[in-house]
Amino acid sequence: MSIKRNLLVSAAGLAIAASAAHAEEITIATVNNGDMIIMQELSSQWEEETGNTINWVTLEENVLRQRVTTDIATGGGQYDIMTIGSYEAPIWGAQGWLEPVGDIEGYDYDDLIPAVREGLSHEGTLYALPFYAESSFTLYRTDLFEEAGLEMPDQPTYEQIAQFAETLTDRENELYGLCLRGKPGWGENMAFIGTLVNTFGGRWFDENWVPQLDQQPWNDALTYYLDVMEKYGPPGATSNGYNENQALFQTGKCAMWIDATSAAGRVFDPSQSDIAEHVGFTAAPIAETDKGNAWFWAWSLAIPTSSSKTEVAKDFLAWATSEDYVNLVGEEKGWVAVPPGTRVSTYENQNYIDAAPFAETVLNSIKAADPSDPTAEPVPYTGIQYVSIPEFQGIGTMVGQQFSAALAGQKSAEEALQAAQQSTMQEMQAAGYTQ
Amino acid sequence: MARAVSTRRKIGFTIAAWAVGLAIFFPILWTILTSFKTEAEAISSPPSFLFFDWTLENYTTVQERSNYFRHFWNSVVISLGSTVLGLIIAIPAAWSMAFVPGKRTKDVLMWMLSTKMLPPVGVLIPIYLIFRDVGLLDTKTGLVIVLTLINLPIIVWMLYTYFKEIPGEILEAARMDGATLRDEIIHVLTPMAVPGIASTLLLNVILAWNEAFWTLNLTAAKAAPLTAFIASYSSPEGLFYAKLSAASTMAIAPILILGWFSQKQLVRGLTFGAVK
Repeated sequence: MSIKRNLLVSAAGLAIAASAAHAEEITIATVNNGDMIIMQELSSQWEEETGNTINWVTLEENVLRQRVTTDIATGGGQYDIMTIGSYEAPIWGAQGWLEPVGDIEGYDYDDLIPAVREGLSHEGTLYALPFYAESSFTLYRTDLFEEAGLEMPDQPTYEQIAQFAETLTDRENELYGLCLRGKPGWGENMAFIGTLVNTFGGRWFDENWVPQLDQQPWNDALTYYLDVMEKYGPPGATSNGYNENQALFQTGKCAMWIDATSAAGRVFDPSQSDIAEHVGFTAAPIAETDKGNAWFWAWSLAIPTSSSKTEVAKDFLAWATSEDYVNLVGEEKGWVAVPPGTRVSTYENQNYIDAAPFAETVLNSIKAADPSDPTAEPVPYTGIQYVSIPEFQGIGTMVGQQFSAALAGQKSAEEALQAAQQSTMQEMQAAGYTQ
Repeated sequence: MARAVSTRRKIGFTIAAWAVGLAIFFPILWTILTSFKTEAEAISSPPSFLFFDWTLENYTTVQERSNYFRHFWNSVVISLGSTVLGLIIAIPAAWSMAFVPGKRTKDVLMWMLSTKMLPPVGVLIPIYLIFRDVGLLDTKTGLVIVLTLINLPIIVWMLYTYFKEIPGEILEAARMDGATLRDEIIHVLTPMAVPGIASTLLLNVILAWNEAFWTLNLTAAKAAPLTAFIASYSSPEGLFYAKLSAASTMAIAPILILGWFSQKQLVRGLTFGAVK
């Protein structure tokens, strides 16, 4: 009896020791937004199931981008998983900085929305798994539209948007017809203006990488943007990014707001939004063409090649981006809080459809956004609101600063475009794209 | 008449000083007030100043979501460690420059200061690579070394200014009494320069506490101080102003209290030698 007991105790001890020996500690770098916070909260379940532990490093988006770029480019190896966007995934994958993640056994790749999967791949190899994806669309106040006798079409044009904004603007009562991003930055004002230029028929570069900012579509788009913002936009728009516009919209100061589809859940939540009951959603407006009028972005999880814990990291990726995880969020945090835009099954889930009336509009926007065919005229790049080359971060931010200066009234549209064209040309020449 | 003008001027200066003081302090006050609001109240327009439903919810959430005390402890170790190490190096350096200046002492001082003129990001990659190779990434030791080197020019300059105020004859007298160089620095110079050393120490603790470039770029999960704690609540997508304010208040509270209690020494130290 005693020998048996000893054997059992020893076996149990060995089992514990063995599992402890296999338990790993991984470090995940991520951004601070609602979906990622939920992931952190629920990740304790994965830790319990696997015995592994997670160190979270949460940083502001731009700090995170700088931080992980430094680490990954120098092979620092501080992170085992990093949160990156659809801009970085193909570029870093091509550089050999990311582990391919298209070979995880038992992972339901077919359930991923094809456009999302495509956006995270380079030459057919998947380098990141999508956590949530977004496009852009139009949010508007149904009560104000009703009062004014206006009807928002399923596919509005920018001309109609300007007309609606004119009718609805009531500056005396701090009601602004249209809220758009004005804060300079490639991921701020240029995310919106990029789509505006696309639908006005413009493009960043021609097939030979020659900048096209001195062409008529850019002038038309920028003139439109400056005009509507001056007449119908809120004051101090040059400091308005996503957050500031969300605050304005939620507090009833904007009649229309064109921005990320991920805003839907937030403005629709009565605990956060004063106008939750009066929010309508429709597609992003179009102008000359319907190509590239809505952006595409996917926050995703990727594994740097400098990580020494690839297998454990893949296991976490598979867990956090799975259908089971979506269901777990729905059950624990409410269905409106599930990470949107990545899986077909999410949009077939009746619980989600019932909780999120905006689901279909969001899905249609994401499906329609095609980063591989973003403009009316041919281009040598992929990406709708960005150009998938490493130099774009700098170029986009510099151009955004010029346009923000124009919005502040410091220069005209022509002057801003001329300066932007010149700087972009210099940057592209220095990078060796053009002579 | 002269007295009346003088009183009026005094009142004028007092009002102006209070106005400037309040203007400087207002962003901190606003941050503290916002930390007690709900997220909805934090973005309300017009903003409410004092009349809102005060809540501690943000502090609870921040405490639940992050390990404040680990970040706090890292900040304490890094700021105190780098300041003490800096003082150990800077006291002898400032002594030699103040009491046995060479032909190039002024140039050396200027050169030391010139290292502060280079944007830190210019040397980020070389330092990152060195840290990676010697295993100092995400370690408190690594940050103590970097912050020591960054603040060393300021420490040397401040101490040099204080030491210049001390009459050299006293040190000479000590030497004539048979004091060695070590005795001279430790037993004669240092006690006389205690106010100056104290204010240098305080200022450098504050500078190291608030340093946000290197502390963010060279750390990940283990050695991240309170600057990283604040950065984790900043978000371009999602409104977390109240929580960000709570995190900021928790991060600046220790240094604010330290500054409040030592303001006399700080002001004295900063203005020492300014008027002759």
